[in-house]
Amino acid sequence: MAEVRLESIARECRVQILRMLAHAGSGHPGGSLSVIDILTTLYFGRVRYDAKRPDWPDRDRVVLSKGHAVPALYAVLAKAGYFPERALITLRKLGSPLQGHPDRTALPGIEAATGSLGQGLSISLGLALGLRLAGSSARVYCVLGDGETQEGQVWEAAMSAPKLGQPDYALNNLVVILDYNKIQLDNFVKKVLDIEPVTAKWQSFGWPVIEIDGHDIAQITKALDQAEATTVGPTFIVAHTVKGKGVSFMENDPEWHGKAPKPGEAIKAIREVLGITEGAWEDYLKTDSATREIVTELSALEKK
Amino acid sequence: MPAKASRAAFGEALLDLGARDERIVTLDADLSKSTMTVNFAKRYPGRAFNLGIAESNMIGVAAGLALTGRIPFACSFACFIVGRFETIRISVAYTNANLKIVGTHSGIAIGEDGYSQMGIEDIACIRSLPNIGIVQPADELETKQAIAYAVEHQGPLYLRLTRQNLEPVCPPDYRFQYGRWLVLRKGHDVTLIGSGGTVFNCVEAAKRLEADGISAEVINAACIKPLDEELLVQSAGKTGHVVTAEDHAVAGGLGGAVAEFLTDVLPTPIKRLGVHGFGESGDAKGLYAKHGLDPAGIAAGVKKFLHR
Repeated sequence: MAEVRLESIARECRVQILRMLAHAGSGHPGGSLSVIDILTTLYFGRVRYDAKRPDWPDRDRVVLSKGHAVPALYAVLAKAGYFPERALITLRKLGSPLQGHPDRTALPGIEAATGSLGQGLSISLGLALGLRLAGSSARVYCVLGDGETQEGQVWEAAMSAPKLGQPDYALNNLVVILDYNKIQLDNFVKKVLDIEPVTAKWQSFGWPVIEIDGHDIAQITKALDQAEATTVGPTFIVAHTVKGKGVSFMENDPEWHGKAPKPGEAIKAIREVLGITEGAWEDYLKTDSATREIVTELSALEKK
Repeated sequence: MPAKASRAAFGEALLDLGARDERIVTLDADLSKSTMTVNFAKRYPGRAFNLGIAESNMIGVAAGLALTGRIPFACSFACFIVGRFETIRISVAYTNANLKIVGTHSGIAIGEDGYSQMGIEDIACIRSLPNIGIVQPADELETKQAIAYAVEHQGPLYLRLTRQNLEPVCPPDYRFQYGRWLVLRKGHDVTLIGSGGTVFNCVEAAKRLEADGISAEVINAACIKPLDEELLVQSAGKTGHVVTAEDHAVAGGLGGAVAEFLTDVLPTPIKRLGVHGFGESGDAKGLYAKHGLDPAGIAAGVKKFLHR
């Protein structure tokens, strides 16, 4: 089944996210782990791309507006063949194209420089409009953070998108997905500046809104199908997610928004992501050489 | 050629260029009647987008359009568009998106509307960003050539235009070259550099100075980033004194750029004439006189600087 394959890829990507963050010593695990099922479903179940031709004009575009979750995007891009997976451990290191936040000019496959929150949706509108003007059938997927929607520019874009290009170039090629993990840097979104009622807000701005569980690949797929069938304009998907999803000690804890796991913590997290008990771990590693290498590498890092 | 505002020349140029190049699109934030893209929108309705009073989104949409191969001109008043600096910093400069940011109504010369509508810090802001060039044409001829160049230029540009009419200063056979300045008048006592709305006043000031026995070399610096370093070194080396005159804050503008460059390669005494403090409502002539940017003020500034 397609979902089983995607779940397996997402699991591997979670491992890579934890691995690269531990090597970097800084970065954002919580939001990377909440968005990875969405990105996996996009890249391995939906998006048309050619890693050998990153500038292919008719490729679909994915804009990760919540740029701090870029470890998730790097994990997916590596798996998609844009660059070798071993490059992931250069994240945030001097001279690496894997910048702490996405740099379009540094790494083929990155569609927009994001990380300064609130800008990715506007770029996505421009991409979607440009593709329509060019007569391309390519689609644009923009992933927003929940805290990010506190930025004013998001609402300028939200107001504009359902009307932009109408009637000849309506942005029916644009899908926006909100990674609604309920936590931002300082605290729970509700406590900093509640963004509710999310669905009613976007609906009142003229968007059809679909609410899903952002970790359920079947639901993500179905929502993307529904969006693709919409011809009048863009679609907004509210993906309810869990910050730090898959790692017990990171889940739903604001502390893990922007703190990298230490190598030992990363090893424990990787074990949890793979669903292996502590007692079975040593035996498991004998059977999984790829994970064994990652763990060996992390153990060495810990001793440094 | 009669005097014409560079925003008007821009609107006319865009109409012509739009017929030749389908990639050109315009974006406005409810000021298309003032930025003069309104006629482009009438002639090419499918290529003109009014995003409403939402400049940050307009700049971002323009950047996205640029990434799909369009050549967007994103237009507003200089202060409003450059005021969305963070969006320009990331979505335009860092992205190296091939779009043209057009800031009209630059400077205190807009007059009566007062400070909130005056773009006088825009050059300082944009100058600090890698990748973006800054062009400020001085008359109709130069504006039309600069806009035609902007379409061919790969990468982002900031085009700084005026609301007020500009007297012709460039010779009829003039050809705009990116990164090149134009000597309008040869001289040997002082190098007097103007840009945009102050160039004509610099020429007039030089005539007054000549009557007082001071020979000023007048330069039209249409390109503020990059500077014409070769010409600047040559002229400053000859005269030994440099005065800049611009309708922009004295901090960080053309004068700042000239000073920074010469400090490194050819330390030269420099006087920067420009706007001090905030602008205010008033007639343009009166404001230029108050800030020493009219011909008499520039001439007086030069004389004081030379102790003559």
